[in-house]
Amino acid sequence: MEHPEISAFGNILLFIFGGILFICLVLFVGRLIRPRRPNEEKNTIYESGEEAVGNAWAAFNPRFYVIALVFLLFEVELVFLFPWATVFGQQELINETNDNWAKLAVVEMLMFIFILALGLAYAWKKGFLDWQKPATVSPTVGNSFRKDLYDKVNDKYSTIKNNS
Amino acid sequence: MEILLFDKIFLIVIVFAVSLVIALYSTLAERKVSAFLQDRIGPNRAGTFGLLQPVADGVKFFFKEDIIPSHADKALYILGPSISMITALMTSAVIPWGTYITFSGRQVAMQIADINIGILYVFAVVSIGVYGIMIGGWGSNNKFSLLGALRASSQMISYEIAMGLSIISIVMMTGSMSLGEIVSQQHGMDWNIFYQPVGFLIFCTCAFAECNRTPFDLPECEAELVGGYHTEYSSMKLGLYLFSEYINIFISSAIMSAMFFGGYNFPFMDQIASPNLVSIIGVFVFFAKIIFFIFFFMWVRWTIPRFRYDQLMKLGWKYLIPLALANIVITGTVMLIKYQFFN
Repeated sequence: MEHPEISAFGNILLFIFGGILFICLVLFVGRLIRPRRPNEEKNTIYESGEEAVGNAWAAFNPRFYVIALVFLLFEVELVFLFPWATVFGQQELINETNDNWAKLAVVEMLMFIFILALGLAYAWKKGFLDWQKPATVSPTVGNSFRKDLYDKVNDKYSTIKNNS
Repeated sequence: MEILLFDKIFLIVIVFAVSLVIALYSTLAERKVSAFLQDRIGPNRAGTFGLLQPVADGVKFFFKEDIIPSHADKALYILGPSISMITALMTSAVIPWGTYITFSGRQVAMQIADINIGILYVFAVVSIGVYGIMIGGWGSNNKFSLLGALRASSQMISYEIAMGLSIISIVMMTGSMSLGEIVSQQHGMDWNIFYQPVGFLIFCTCAFAECNRTPFDLPECEAELVGGYHTEYSSMKLGLYLFSEYINIFISSAIMSAMFFGGYNFPFMDQIASPNLVSIIGVFVFFAKIIFFIFFFMWVRWTIPRFRYDQLMKLGWKYLIPLALANIVITGTVMLIKYQFFN
Protein backbone atom coordinates (compact mmCIF):
# COMPACT_ATOMS: atom_id res chain seq x y z
CA MET A 1 0.00 0.00 0.00
CA GLU A 2 1.38 3.36 -0.99
CA HIS A 3 -0.45 5.53 1.45
CA PRO A 4 -0.72 4.00 4.90
CA GLU A 5 -4.28 4.35 6.10
CA ILE A 6 -5.05 5.23 9.69
CA SER A 7 -6.51 2.20 11.40
CA ALA A 8 -10.04 2.25 12.85
CA PHE A 9 -8.69 2.54 16.37
CA GLY A 10 -6.52 5.42 15.22
CA ASN A 11 -9.70 7.19 14.18
CA ILE A 12 -11.17 6.59 17.60
CA LEU A 13 -8.03 8.04 19.18
CA LEU A 14 -8.46 11.06 16.90
CA PHE A 15 -12.05 11.29 18.05
CA ILE A 16 -11.09 11.16 21.73
CA PHE A 17 -8.53 13.93 21.18
CA GLY A 18 -11.28 15.94 19.53
CA GLY A 19 -13.49 15.45 22.58
CA ILE A 20 -10.74 16.51 25.00
CA LEU A 21 -9.95 19.52 22.84
CA PHE A 22 -13.61 20.49 22.84
CA ILE A 23 -13.85 20.34 26.65
CA CYS A 24 -10.66 22.36 27.12
CA LEU A 25 -11.83 24.95 24.60
CA VAL A 26 -15.26 25.35 26.20
CA LEU A 27 -13.89 25.63 29.73
CA PHE A 28 -11.14 28.03 28.60
CA VAL A 29 -13.49 30.32 26.67
CA GLY A 30 -15.87 30.33 29.63
CA ARG A 31 -13.00 31.28 31.92
CA LEU A 32 -12.09 34.23 29.70
CA ILE A 33 -15.51 35.83 29.54
CA ARG A 34 -17.26 35.08 32.80
CA PRO A 35 -16.94 37.28 35.88
CA ARG A 36 -14.90 36.07 38.83
CA ARG A 37 -15.71 37.70 42.15
CA PRO A 38 -15.39 35.04 44.84
CA ASN A 39 -15.97 35.73 48.50
CA GLU A 40 -15.93 33.51 51.53
CA GLU A 41 -19.68 33.24 51.87
CA LYS A 42 -20.11 32.39 48.19
CA ASN A 43 -17.50 29.67 48.33
CA THR A 44 -19.14 27.71 51.11
CA ILE A 45 -20.92 24.50 50.22
CA TYR A 46 -24.54 25.04 49.24
CA GLU A 47 -25.76 21.58 50.23
CA SER A 48 -29.46 22.22 50.89
CA GLY A 49 -29.34 25.95 51.57
CA GLU A 50 -28.69 25.50 55.28
CA GLU A 51 -25.21 25.78 56.69
CA ALA A 52 -23.50 22.44 56.15
CA VAL A 53 -22.82 20.36 59.25
CA GLY A 54 -19.75 18.14 59.14
CA ASN A 55 -17.95 16.71 56.15
CA ALA A 56 -19.51 14.61 53.42
CA TRP A 57 -16.44 12.38 53.26
CA ALA A 58 -17.45 10.20 56.15
CA ALA A 59 -18.20 6.49 56.37
CA PHE A 60 -21.83 5.48 56.15
CA ASN A 61 -23.81 2.44 55.09
CA PRO A 62 -24.59 2.47 51.39
CA ARG A 63 -27.32 -0.10 50.80
CA PHE A 64 -26.84 -2.89 48.30
CA TYR A 65 -23.05 -2.86 48.59
CA VAL A 66 -22.98 -6.64 48.12
CA ILE A 67 -24.44 -6.02 44.67
CA ALA A 68 -21.14 -4.44 43.67
CA LEU A 69 -19.43 -7.78 44.34
CA VAL A 70 -22.09 -9.75 42.49
CA PHE A 71 -21.75 -7.28 39.63
CA LEU A 72 -18.03 -7.97 39.29
CA LEU A 73 -18.74 -11.67 38.99
CA PHE A 74 -21.44 -11.17 36.39
CA GLU A 75 -19.38 -8.72 34.38
CA VAL A 76 -16.46 -11.14 34.12
CA GLU A 77 -18.80 -13.92 33.00
CA LEU A 78 -20.38 -11.54 30.50
CA VAL A 79 -16.96 -10.93 28.96
CA PHE A 80 -16.64 -14.69 28.46
CA LEU A 81 -20.05 -14.85 26.78
CA PHE A 82 -19.20 -12.22 24.14
CA PRO A 83 -16.58 -14.23 22.20
CA TRP A 84 -18.77 -17.31 22.48
CA ALA A 85 -21.67 -15.43 20.89
CA THR A 86 -19.59 -14.39 17.86
CA VAL A 87 -18.39 -17.90 16.97
CA PHE A 88 -21.64 -19.64 17.91
CA GLY A 89 -23.34 -19.38 14.54
CA GLN A 90 -20.31 -19.61 12.21
CA GLN A 91 -21.22 -21.73 9.23
CA GLU A 92 -17.66 -23.05 8.53
CA LEU A 93 -17.29 -24.37 12.05
CA ILE A 94 -20.65 -26.10 11.80
CA ASN A 95 -19.77 -27.66 8.46
CA GLU A 96 -16.32 -28.81 9.60
CA THR A 97 -17.62 -30.55 12.70
CA ASN A 98 -20.47 -32.29 10.95
CA ASP A 99 -23.18 -30.16 12.65
CA ASN A 100 -21.85 -31.03 16.09
CA TRP A 101 -20.53 -27.53 16.70
CA ALA A 102 -23.93 -25.92 17.25
CA LYS A 103 -25.03 -28.65 19.66
CA LEU A 104 -21.79 -28.50 21.61
CA ALA A 105 -21.91 -24.70 21.79
CA VAL A 106 -25.50 -24.63 23.03
CA VAL A 107 -24.87 -27.28 25.68
CA GLU A 108 -21.75 -25.49 26.89
CA MET A 109 -23.64 -22.21 27.02
CA LEU A 110 -26.50 -23.82 28.95
CA MET A 111 -24.05 -25.09 31.57
CA PHE A 112 -22.36 -21.72 31.77
CA ILE A 113 -25.61 -19.80 32.16
CA PHE A 114 -26.83 -22.33 34.70
CA ILE A 115 -23.81 -21.58 36.91
CA LEU A 116 -24.38 -17.85 36.36
CA ALA A 117 -28.03 -18.19 37.35
CA LEU A 118 -27.05 -20.25 40.39
CA GLY A 119 -24.95 -17.35 41.64
CA LEU A 120 -27.85 -14.98 41.16
CA ALA A 121 -30.21 -17.38 42.93
CA TYR A 122 -27.79 -17.58 45.86
CA ALA A 123 -27.62 -13.79 46.21
CA TRP A 124 -31.40 -13.64 45.88
CA LYS A 125 -31.94 -16.30 48.56
CA LYS A 126 -29.49 -14.59 50.90
CA GLY A 127 -31.56 -11.41 50.61
CA PHE A 128 -28.81 -9.26 49.08
CA LEU A 129 -31.24 -8.00 46.45
CA ASP A 130 -33.69 -6.71 49.06
CA TRP A 131 -33.67 -3.51 51.04
CA GLN A 132 -32.06 -4.42 54.35
CA LYS A 133 -34.46 -3.22 57.00
CA PRO A 134 -32.71 -2.19 60.21
CA ALA A 135 -33.49 -4.27 63.30
CA THR A 136 -35.93 -2.46 65.56
CA VAL A 137 -34.44 -1.33 68.86
CA SER A 138 -36.91 -0.52 71.62
CA PRO A 139 -36.15 2.88 73.12
CA THR A 140 -34.49 2.94 76.51
CA VAL A 141 -35.63 5.50 79.05
CA GLY A 142 -33.21 7.09 81.42
CA ASN A 143 -34.70 5.66 84.69
CA SER A 144 -33.71 2.69 86.79
CA PHE A 145 -35.94 0.32 84.89
CA ARG A 146 -35.32 -3.32 85.82
CA LYS A 147 -36.44 -5.69 83.13
CA ASP A 148 -35.93 -8.79 85.23
CA LEU A 149 -38.63 -7.69 87.72
CA TYR A 150 -41.11 -7.22 84.92
CA ASP A 151 -40.15 -10.60 83.49
CA LYS A 152 -40.88 -12.15 86.91
CA VAL A 153 -44.34 -10.58 86.94
CA ASN A 154 -44.97 -11.71 83.38
CA ASP A 155 -43.91 -15.25 84.21
CA LYS A 156 -46.21 -15.32 87.24
CA TYR A 157 -49.33 -14.15 85.46
CA SER A 158 -48.74 -15.88 82.17
CA THR A 159 -49.28 -19.23 83.95
CA ILE A 160 -52.75 -18.05 85.00
CA LYS A 161 -53.37 -16.92 81.44
CA ASN A 162 -52.44 -20.36 80.19
CA ASN A 163 -54.82 -22.06 82.62
CA SER A 164 -57.82 -20.04 81.62
CA MET B 1 -2.68 9.96 3.37
CA GLU B 2 -3.51 13.65 3.51
CA ILE B 3 -6.81 13.15 1.73
CA LEU B 4 -7.83 10.27 4.00
CA LEU B 5 -6.86 12.14 7.12
CA PHE B 6 -8.69 15.20 5.90
CA ASP B 7 -11.80 13.09 5.21
CA LYS B 8 -11.76 11.68 8.68
CA ILE B 9 -11.19 15.01 10.39
CA PHE B 10 -13.97 16.53 8.33
CA LEU B 11 -16.28 13.66 9.32
CA ILE B 12 -15.29 13.96 12.98
CA VAL B 13 -16.09 17.68 12.97
CA ILE B 14 -19.44 16.97 11.33
CA VAL B 15 -20.32 14.24 13.84
CA PHE B 16 -19.37 16.51 16.73
CA ALA B 17 -21.41 19.36 15.31
CA VAL B 18 -24.44 17.16 14.61
CA SER B 19 -24.38 15.60 18.10
CA LEU B 20 -24.05 19.01 19.72
CA VAL B 21 -26.79 20.61 17.65
CA ILE B 22 -29.16 17.70 18.23
CA ALA B 23 -28.41 17.77 21.98
CA LEU B 24 -28.92 21.54 22.00
CA TYR B 25 -32.28 21.25 20.30
CA SER B 26 -33.25 18.26 22.45
CA THR B 27 -33.33 20.65 25.41
CA LEU B 28 -35.82 22.82 23.55
CA ALA B 29 -37.73 19.76 22.33
CA GLU B 30 -37.94 18.47 25.88
CA ARG B 31 -39.47 21.71 27.10
CA LYS B 32 -41.84 21.88 24.15
CA VAL B 33 -42.90 18.24 24.52
CA SER B 34 -43.45 18.59 28.26
CA ALA B 35 -45.45 21.76 27.60
CA PHE B 36 -47.53 19.91 25.01
CA LEU B 37 -48.18 16.99 27.36
CA GLN B 38 -49.15 19.31 30.20
CA ASP B 39 -51.27 21.59 28.04
CA ARG B 40 -48.92 24.57 28.24
CA ILE B 41 -47.25 26.68 25.54
CA GLY B 42 -43.61 26.23 26.48
CA PRO B 43 -40.75 28.60 25.69
CA ASN B 44 -41.81 31.02 22.93
CA ARG B 45 -39.99 34.31 23.62
CA ALA B 46 -36.53 33.80 22.11
CA GLY B 47 -37.09 33.57 18.35
CA THR B 48 -40.05 32.08 16.54
CA PHE B 49 -41.48 29.14 18.52
CA GLY B 50 -38.61 29.66 20.97
CA LEU B 51 -36.11 28.39 18.40
CA LEU B 52 -33.33 30.58 19.79
CA GLN B 53 -33.97 29.46 23.38
CA PRO B 54 -31.17 26.82 23.43
CA VAL B 55 -28.72 29.39 22.06
CA ALA B 56 -29.72 31.81 24.81
CA ASP B 57 -29.24 29.04 27.41
CA GLY B 58 -25.84 28.18 25.99
CA VAL B 59 -24.69 31.79 26.10
CA LYS B 60 -25.88 32.01 29.69
CA PHE B 61 -23.71 29.04 30.67
CA PHE B 62 -20.68 30.91 29.32
CA PHE B 63 -21.42 34.19 31.08
CA LYS B 64 -22.39 32.96 34.56
CA GLU B 65 -19.89 33.09 37.37
CA ASP B 66 -18.32 29.73 38.20
CA ILE B 67 -18.23 28.90 41.90
CA ILE B 68 -15.92 26.15 43.10
CA PRO B 69 -16.68 25.49 46.78
CA SER B 70 -13.59 25.93 48.93
CA HIS B 71 -14.15 22.57 50.64
CA ALA B 72 -14.48 20.63 47.40
CA ASP B 73 -11.66 18.63 45.84
CA LYS B 74 -10.86 21.03 43.03
CA ALA B 75 -9.22 18.62 40.59
CA LEU B 76 -11.99 16.03 40.89
CA TYR B 77 -14.62 18.76 40.78
CA ILE B 78 -13.42 19.82 37.32
CA LEU B 79 -12.70 16.26 36.17
CA GLY B 80 -16.25 15.00 36.85
CA PRO B 81 -18.23 16.92 34.20
CA SER B 82 -15.34 16.64 31.72
CA ILE B 83 -15.38 12.83 31.89
CA SER B 84 -19.16 12.83 31.54
CA MET B 85 -18.97 14.95 28.41
CA ILE B 86 -16.02 13.17 26.78
CA THR B 87 -17.53 9.72 27.26
CA ALA B 88 -20.87 10.95 25.93
CA LEU B 89 -19.15 12.26 22.79
CA MET B 90 -16.82 9.27 22.35
CA THR B 91 -19.59 6.75 21.73
CA SER B 92 -20.66 8.27 18.43
CA ALA B 93 -17.33 7.23 16.81
CA VAL B 94 -18.56 3.73 15.96
CA ILE B 95 -22.13 4.48 14.87
CA PRO B 96 -22.74 3.82 11.17
CA TRP B 97 -24.63 6.91 10.01
CA GLY B 98 -24.98 5.62 6.46
CA THR B 99 -23.32 3.36 3.90
CA TYR B 100 -20.97 4.95 1.37
CA ILE B 101 -21.10 8.04 -0.71
CA THR B 102 -19.15 7.95 -3.96
CA PHE B 103 -18.05 11.23 -5.42
CA SER B 104 -15.24 12.01 -7.86
CA GLY B 105 -14.16 8.39 -7.82
CA ARG B 106 -13.71 8.11 -4.06
CA GLN B 107 -15.79 6.10 -1.63
CA VAL B 108 -16.36 7.86 1.65
CA ALA B 109 -17.67 5.74 4.50
CA MET B 110 -20.20 7.49 6.69
CA GLN B 111 -18.82 5.94 9.84
CA ILE B 112 -15.76 7.17 11.66
CA ALA B 113 -14.42 3.80 12.73
CA ASP B 114 -15.87 0.41 11.81
CA ILE B 115 -14.06 -1.60 14.46
CA ASN B 116 -14.86 -5.29 14.84
CA ILE B 117 -15.78 -4.89 18.50
CA GLY B 118 -18.04 -1.85 17.97
CA ILE B 119 -20.79 -2.79 20.34
CA LEU B 120 -18.30 -3.81 23.03
CA TYR B 121 -16.64 -0.40 22.64
CA VAL B 122 -19.97 1.37 23.19
CA PHE B 123 -20.57 -0.82 26.20
CA ALA B 124 -17.13 -0.02 27.65
CA VAL B 125 -17.40 3.72 27.10
CA VAL B 126 -20.84 3.82 28.72
CA SER B 127 -19.31 2.10 31.76
CA ILE B 128 -16.62 4.77 32.00
CA GLY B 129 -19.43 7.36 32.01
CA VAL B 130 -20.34 6.38 35.55
CA TYR B 131 -17.01 7.79 36.75
CA GLY B 132 -18.04 11.25 35.61
CA ILE B 133 -21.01 11.25 37.97
CA MET B 134 -19.19 9.39 40.76
CA ILE B 135 -16.18 11.72 40.75
CA GLY B 136 -18.29 14.87 40.47
CA GLY B 137 -20.67 13.82 43.25
CA TRP B 138 -17.87 12.80 45.56
CA GLY B 139 -15.59 15.72 44.74
CA SER B 140 -18.14 18.41 45.58
CA ASN B 141 -18.17 17.41 49.27
CA ASN B 142 -21.94 17.59 49.55
CA LYS B 143 -23.87 14.82 51.27
CA PHE B 144 -26.74 14.92 48.81
CA SER B 145 -24.40 14.86 45.83
CA LEU B 146 -22.61 11.89 47.32
CA LEU B 147 -25.89 10.04 47.76
CA GLY B 148 -26.87 10.87 44.18
CA ALA B 149 -23.50 9.65 42.91
CA LEU B 150 -23.84 6.41 44.86
CA ARG B 151 -27.29 5.82 43.47
CA ALA B 152 -26.05 6.55 39.96
CA SER B 153 -23.22 4.06 40.24
CA SER B 154 -25.31 1.28 41.75
CA GLN B 155 -28.07 1.68 39.19
CA MET B 156 -25.64 1.85 36.29
CA ILE B 157 -23.76 -1.29 37.29
CA SER B 158 -27.03 -3.15 37.88
CA TYR B 159 -28.55 -2.32 34.52
CA GLU B 160 -25.31 -2.75 32.64
CA ILE B 161 -25.46 -6.52 33.12
CA ALA B 162 -28.97 -6.84 31.71
CA MET B 163 -27.94 -4.57 28.84
CA GLY B 164 -24.90 -6.70 28.05
CA LEU B 165 -26.96 -9.88 28.14
CA SER B 166 -29.53 -8.42 25.75
CA ILE B 167 -26.72 -7.40 23.38
CA ILE B 168 -25.34 -10.97 23.44
CA SER B 169 -28.51 -12.37 21.89
CA ILE B 170 -28.11 -9.89 19.00
CA VAL B 171 -24.44 -10.83 18.61
CA MET B 172 -25.43 -14.51 18.51
CA MET B 173 -27.79 -13.86 15.61
CA THR B 174 -25.38 -11.64 13.71
CA GLY B 175 -22.15 -13.45 14.48
CA SER B 176 -20.33 -10.15 14.71
CA MET B 177 -19.81 -7.37 17.21
CA SER B 178 -19.24 -4.69 14.58
CA LEU B 179 -22.09 -2.19 14.46
CA GLY B 180 -21.63 -1.71 10.71
CA GLU B 181 -22.04 -5.45 10.18
CA ILE B 182 -25.07 -5.63 12.50
CA VAL B 183 -26.80 -2.83 10.59
CA SER B 184 -25.96 -4.11 7.08
CA GLN B 185 -27.44 -7.52 7.94
CA GLN B 186 -30.83 -5.93 8.58
CA HIS B 187 -31.24 -5.10 4.91
CA GLY B 188 -34.58 -3.68 3.82
CA MET B 189 -37.23 -4.56 6.33
CA ASP B 190 -35.34 -7.48 7.93
CA TRP B 191 -34.97 -5.70 11.26
CA ASN B 192 -33.79 -7.33 14.47
CA ILE B 193 -36.83 -6.13 16.40
CA PHE B 194 -38.90 -8.84 14.71
CA TYR B 195 -36.55 -11.55 16.00
CA GLN B 196 -35.63 -10.05 19.36
CA PRO B 197 -38.61 -8.14 20.79
CA VAL B 198 -37.76 -9.16 24.38
CA GLY B 199 -34.14 -8.20 23.85
CA PHE B 200 -35.25 -4.78 22.65
CA LEU B 201 -37.50 -4.30 25.67
CA ILE B 202 -34.62 -5.12 28.04
CA PHE B 203 -32.16 -2.98 26.10
CA CYS B 204 -34.56 -0.03 26.02
CA THR B 205 -35.23 -0.19 29.77
CA CYS B 206 -31.51 -0.40 30.48
CA ALA B 207 -30.80 2.51 28.13
CA PHE B 208 -33.20 4.64 30.17
CA ALA B 209 -31.40 3.60 33.35
CA GLU B 210 -27.94 4.25 31.89
CA CYS B 211 -28.98 7.74 30.79
CA ASN B 212 -30.41 8.47 34.26
CA ARG B 213 -33.72 9.41 32.69
CA THR B 214 -37.11 9.19 34.35
CA PRO B 215 -38.33 6.71 35.66
CA PHE B 216 -34.69 6.02 36.66
CA ASP B 217 -33.59 9.56 37.50
CA LEU B 218 -32.88 8.83 41.16
CA PRO B 219 -29.36 10.34 41.04
CA GLU B 220 -30.88 13.79 40.49
CA CYS B 221 -34.16 13.22 42.27
CA GLU B 222 -35.01 16.79 43.27
CA ALA B 223 -37.60 15.86 45.88
CA GLU B 224 -35.06 14.02 48.02
CA LEU B 225 -31.58 15.12 47.03
CA VAL B 226 -31.83 18.88 46.35
CA GLY B 227 -30.20 18.77 42.88
CA GLY B 228 -28.61 15.34 43.08
CA TYR B 229 -25.01 14.86 41.96
CA HIS B 230 -24.76 18.31 40.35
CA THR B 231 -26.08 20.40 43.26
CA GLU B 232 -22.78 22.23 43.77
CA TYR B 233 -22.15 22.87 40.08
CA SER B 234 -22.63 26.16 38.33
CA SER B 235 -21.85 27.82 35.02
CA MET B 236 -20.24 25.80 32.20
CA LYS B 237 -19.56 22.72 34.37
CA LEU B 238 -23.26 22.39 35.13
CA GLY B 239 -23.84 22.93 31.44
CA LEU B 240 -21.51 20.04 30.60
CA TYR B 241 -23.42 17.70 32.92
CA LEU B 242 -26.83 18.68 31.54
CA PHE B 243 -25.54 18.58 28.00
CA SER B 244 -23.93 15.17 28.35
CA GLU B 245 -27.29 13.79 29.44
CA TYR B 246 -28.87 14.92 26.18
CA ILE B 247 -25.96 13.63 24.11
CA ASN B 248 -26.38 10.29 25.88
CA ILE B 249 -30.04 10.27 24.93
CA PHE B 250 -29.12 10.98 21.33
CA ILE B 251 -26.47 8.25 21.24
CA SER B 252 -28.63 5.62 22.91
CA SER B 253 -31.44 6.43 20.48
CA ALA B 254 -28.95 5.95 17.66
CA ILE B 255 -27.73 2.62 19.07
CA MET B 256 -31.29 1.41 19.60
CA SER B 257 -32.32 2.24 16.05
CA ALA B 258 -29.09 0.78 14.66
CA MET B 259 -29.27 -2.48 16.59
CA PHE B 260 -32.97 -3.20 16.52
CA PHE B 261 -34.62 -0.98 13.92
CA GLY B 262 -32.33 -1.43 10.95
CA GLY B 263 -30.31 1.79 11.21
CA TYR B 264 -30.14 3.34 7.75
CA ASN B 265 -32.09 0.48 6.13
CA PHE B 266 -35.56 1.18 4.88
CA PRO B 267 -38.15 -0.87 2.99
CA PHE B 268 -37.97 -0.97 -0.83
CA MET B 269 -34.39 0.34 -0.81
CA ASP B 270 -33.42 -2.10 -3.59
CA GLN B 271 -35.79 -0.45 -6.03
CA ILE B 272 -33.79 2.78 -6.08
CA ALA B 273 -31.10 2.56 -8.73
CA SER B 274 -28.59 5.16 -7.61
CA PRO B 275 -26.49 3.98 -4.61
CA ASN B 276 -25.72 7.57 -3.64
CA LEU B 277 -29.42 8.37 -3.41
CA VAL B 278 -30.00 5.24 -1.31
CA SER B 279 -27.33 6.20 1.16
CA ILE B 280 -28.54 9.82 1.38
CA ILE B 281 -32.13 8.70 1.99
CA GLY B 282 -30.70 6.16 4.45
CA VAL B 283 -29.10 8.90 6.53
CA PHE B 284 -32.41 10.75 6.70
CA VAL B 285 -34.26 7.54 7.61
CA PHE B 286 -31.72 6.86 10.35
CA PHE B 287 -32.16 10.35 11.77
CA ALA B 288 -35.95 10.03 11.61
CA LYS B 289 -35.68 6.87 13.72
CA ILE B 290 -33.32 8.61 16.16
CA ILE B 291 -35.67 11.57 16.53
CA PHE B 292 -38.56 9.23 17.18
CA PHE B 293 -36.62 7.59 20.02
CA ILE B 294 -35.60 10.95 21.47
CA PHE B 295 -39.30 11.83 21.51
CA PHE B 296 -39.99 8.47 23.14
CA PHE B 297 -37.50 9.29 25.92
CA MET B 298 -39.37 12.55 26.59
CA TRP B 299 -42.78 10.97 26.32
CA VAL B 300 -41.84 8.39 28.98
CA ARG B 301 -40.35 11.07 31.19
CA TRP B 302 -43.63 12.97 31.44
CA THR B 303 -45.80 9.85 31.72
CA ILE B 304 -44.22 7.46 34.21
CA PRO B 305 -43.44 8.41 37.83
CA ARG B 306 -40.05 7.77 39.39
CA PHE B 307 -39.13 4.44 41.01
CA ARG B 308 -38.14 4.03 44.62
CA TYR B 309 -34.53 2.93 45.11
CA ASP B 310 -35.33 -0.63 46.19
CA GLN B 311 -37.94 -1.00 43.44
CA LEU B 312 -35.27 -0.03 40.93
CA MET B 313 -32.89 -2.68 42.26
CA LYS B 314 -35.69 -5.23 42.26
CA LEU B 315 -36.58 -4.53 38.64
CA GLY B 316 -32.96 -4.75 37.54
CA TRP B 317 -31.85 -7.85 39.39
CA LYS B 318 -35.02 -9.88 39.85
CA TYR B 319 -36.76 -9.28 36.54
CA LEU B 320 -34.46 -7.98 33.81
CA ILE B 321 -31.39 -10.18 34.43
CA PRO B 322 -33.31 -13.51 34.64
CA LEU B 323 -35.35 -12.41 31.62
CA ALA B 324 -32.19 -11.60 29.66
CA LEU B 325 -30.62 -14.93 30.61
CA ALA B 326 -33.75 -16.75 29.49
CA ASN B 327 -33.67 -14.77 26.26
CA ILE B 328 -30.13 -15.99 25.51
CA VAL B 329 -31.06 -19.60 26.23
CA ILE B 330 -34.17 -19.39 24.04
CA THR B 331 -32.28 -17.68 21.21
CA GLY B 332 -29.57 -20.34 21.33
CA THR B 333 -32.06 -23.20 21.35
CA VAL B 334 -34.13 -21.78 18.52
CA MET B 335 -31.01 -21.21 16.43
CA LEU B 336 -29.91 -24.80 17.09
CA ILE B 337 -33.30 -26.17 16.03
CA LYS B 338 -33.11 -24.04 12.91
CA TYR B 339 -29.69 -25.46 11.98
CA GLN B 340 -30.80 -29.02 12.65
CA PHE B 341 -34.07 -29.09 10.76
CA PHE B 342 -34.09 -26.25 8.26
CA ASN B 343 -30.62 -26.51 6.72
